[in-house]
Amino acid sequence: MSASDTQSPLRLFWREFSENKFAVGSLVVVVLLAVVAFLAPLLVPQDPYNLELLSLLDARRPPGFVGSGGYVHVLGTDPQGRDLLSAIFYGLRISIIIGLAAGAIALVLGTIVGIFAAYAGGWIETVLMRVIDLQLSFPAILLALVLVALLGQGKGQLIAALVAAQYAYFARTAYGAAKAERRKDYVEAALATPLAGYKVAVRHLLPNCMPPLIVVATVQIANAISLEATLSFLGLGLPVTEPSLGMLISNGFPYMMSGRYWISVFPGIALIILIVAINVVGDQIRDQFNPRLRK
Amino acid sequence: MTLVLDVQDLCTSFHTRAGVVKAVNGVSFTLRKGEVLGLVGESGSGKTVTGFSLLGLVDAPGRIDRGRIVLNGQDLVGLPERELRKRRGRDIAMIFQDPIATLNPLLSIRTQMTMALDAHASMGRAAAEKRCVEVLEKVGIPDPRSRLDNYPHEFSGGMRQRVAIAIALLHNPSVIVADEPTTALDVSIQAQILHEMRSLAQETGTALIWISHDLATVSSLATRLLVMYAGRVVEEGPTAEVLNNPRHPYTRGLIDSLPATAEPGKPLSQIPGTTPSLLSLGQGCPFKPRCTYATDICDTAPALSAVTKRAWRCHHPLAMEGAA
Amino acid sequence: MDAFFEVENVVREFRPPVTLGDKIAARLGAKVEMRSVKAVNDVSLTLEKGKTLGLVGESGCGKSTLGKVAAGILAPTAGTVLLDGKPVMTDGRKQTTRVQTVFQDPFASLDPRMKVGDAVAEGPIEHGLVTRADARAYVLDWFARVGLDPSYANRYPHQFSGGQRQRIAIARALAMQPDLLICDEPVASLDVSIQAQVINLFLDLRRDLDLTCLFISHDLSVVRHVSDRVAVMYLGRIVEEAPTEALFEAPAHPYTRALIASIPKLVLNRETLVEFDPIAGEIPSPLSPPPGCYFAPRCPLAADRCRETAPDLRTTENGRRVACYFPVSTRGAD
Repeated sequence: MSASDTQSPLRLFWREFSENKFAVGSLVVVVLLAVVAFLAPLLVPQDPYNLELLSLLDARRPPGFVGSGGYVHVLGTDPQGRDLLSAIFYGLRISIIIGLAAGAIALVLGTIVGIFAAYAGGWIETVLMRVIDLQLSFPAILLALVLVALLGQGKGQLIAALVAAQYAYFARTAYGAAKAERRKDYVEAALATPLAGYKVAVRHLLPNCMPPLIVVATVQIANAISLEATLSFLGLGLPVTEPSLGMLISNGFPYMMSGRYWISVFPGIALIILIVAINVVGDQIRDQFNPRLRK
Repeated sequence: MTLVLDVQDLCTSFHTRAGVVKAVNGVSFTLRKGEVLGLVGESGSGKTVTGFSLLGLVDAPGRIDRGRIVLNGQDLVGLPERELRKRRGRDIAMIFQDPIATLNPLLSIRTQMTMALDAHASMGRAAAEKRCVEVLEKVGIPDPRSRLDNYPHEFSGGMRQRVAIAIALLHNPSVIVADEPTTALDVSIQAQILHEMRSLAQETGTALIWISHDLATVSSLATRLLVMYAGRVVEEGPTAEVLNNPRHPYTRGLIDSLPATAEPGKPLSQIPGTTPSLLSLGQGCPFKPRCTYATDICDTAPALSAVTKRAWRCHHPLAMEGAA
Repeated sequence: MDAFFEVENVVREFRPPVTLGDKIAARLGAKVEMRSVKAVNDVSLTLEKGKTLGLVGESGCGKSTLGKVAAGILAPTAGTVLLDGKPVMTDGRKQTTRVQTVFQDPFASLDPRMKVGDAVAEGPIEHGLVTRADARAYVLDWFARVGLDPSYANRYPHQFSGGQRQRIAIARALAMQPDLLICDEPVASLDVSIQAQVINLFLDLRRDLDLTCLFISHDLSVVRHVSDRVAVMYLGRIVEEAPTEALFEAPAHPYTRALIASIPKLVLNRETLVEFDPIAGEIPSPLSPPPGCYFAPRCPLAADRCRETAPDLRTTENGRRVACYFPVSTRGAD
């Protein structure tokens, strides 16, 4: 037995996590990108949303160009004359906010549905889970497309569409985990005290269902970000005045073949780094939660 | 009788993230033809790892650090996997606690037994079937010829364990290592299997290493007893002598803590404390923190003392009956 | 007799769930076989206050199911369970905190994500046995009583050994101040040296708290050590129930006899090799139990009558109950 009193599961978890240098590096990247995104207004030379600051004379300039603002466009400019670095930082901000918001709401909603279904049993379980299954059989992108088309543009609408497309994954995972935990002795012991069913569900079932849900959450946040980028790329995401990474890529797309690669490539690289880093972190968490892979 | 297995100073350790776990720490013993050796200990005593080491079945992060395992004159330690595989099943076989884990649920008993036969011998179909029926009969499976085409799930737990024993017997190995083979079974079935094993060892001349936490089952089967604690053999000797007159305080404590040896309703004699973590073992006797006889000298590891057939590893051995 | 705790004609059936496919098949006129298993089949037991009843049997005999019905975890299919004349369960809900359970596997019965002190405090706070403010002191007191360092209360279950976990599980059950403790194989997963510690703790606490206990185990020597009376189950039925010493010294039912005979004993004398007398055959499938006495197919004494109708559990001398047409005479032995 260890001497320390503070061997909380979280601490042990971190100790193991920190042994995978690649995962720690990825976590640092994610945190760094998040910090950069949230401090964007303080870090970049230009507010890309302020159309008055844009000059078409600066449009599509290569990296290193000194524009009318008198500063260097480190990564060049886009077809509207925006400084790309500024646009990317602001774009990251939108991506991360939307990814986190959609992921968090979908997590809460899906967990409630899944655990409720597992706990209620009977016909409620059957109906809820069949609906979830039905939804899972549609591609998420299709569902999101239809919803965005119906709801219109805007951040709120986009998040709603992403949540609707993704909560089913959480519900399925929460349901499976809750079903498995439900049979364990500690749940039976709590019920035998007796404690009310909902209290057992919240105090015992929920915390023990979290590990797989956290894994799904990391994957789904990355998915939400790429879904948002896809929708924006297709012109269905946010309004043109608030360019996200997907829209930046789309804006630069017509110029790819004319040598002005940077307009699409730099936002693309930013997006890839963000998504890959989140997935690496998610993979490590999944491996740590998987008892079969434990040392 | 001829010596079939000679284990000397066997050390097996696991190199984990938390440190080096010395699961087996200098275990030595010998086994003669037809002998039944009982290997007794609690969880973490190293008894199972000892069994796995004998068959070269210790997987990473575990490895045999040192020692010799001489089976029929050949040292197995350091042999390449290919060579080990030639001997496994033919010269030395293992029976596990959970027969479900050893039998493939998708293959019929006939297929599994034939595969086990083909691994070390080439014989015709008819001869193979004859051999399978023979061993199944030997372990007490009724109507073996028709049961050959059954699948594992069609057998009960006790019958499955019999099949596992039959497979171990196929090549008439010199040694069978049985790791808690009756622990998962009910008492009535356990009694049947113990009965079969005892007569099998007598008939076939196969030496048996019976690994168990249960002194009672071991005592009814084994001629010689090895008591393990924290990776070391703490006491060794003929079963009846060890049980009647243990020299090591741990052995004494184990026997006395059995409810069967106490008066009903009265407190059982108990060994205080818990088994030590193998990660943080010091230099001294690992039983010292729980031992009522411990003194300062116990901070140094006791050497193995041996008198005739008995051996023990203790600075303060309990008195021999009559000798004291 | 002062019946403090009564199990009356309890039946517990398990049915495989009826699937939609089964329902459609039934609608279409197919014969859907509704196979049910009577894990507990018409069992009656009484327990006096302050006494311990041992319940033994092999795996699948229904002893754990009976324990769960008695503990108010499972609702009986038929029959009632009464504590002090009041039902433990009504409408599938447990009505009392006076019955608590210690489970077999302390690695499974403690919530891995809850500090052990919180786990012990949870029930008492919920049921008003202690205020939230006093809970801490209350928990520490229980930790001390089960022989654990009170400073361990802030730890998580994975930081404890099996024996320590079982002490925590016992503290959790006893902190509810029960009158009846159901122990379902409480020492089966522990090492021999630790098993003795936990049994001793159990004996001490039982005496100090004047507990009434139902002690379920497959290990006859443990049951013999802790019980006042012992009931033997076979395939969901009680085949014999008697005061502990009477049962072990002079078992009346052939199954009890065989079971006792097959306990491995410490063989101290090499010269007199104990001859095993194993019970022939195996336990029949509970899905299709034999007609008549369930033990008849394995019983050396079975007659035609045994194979046709099952014998009732009848009271013989000295409060012994036995379900056999040909009980071994125990007169004079008791």
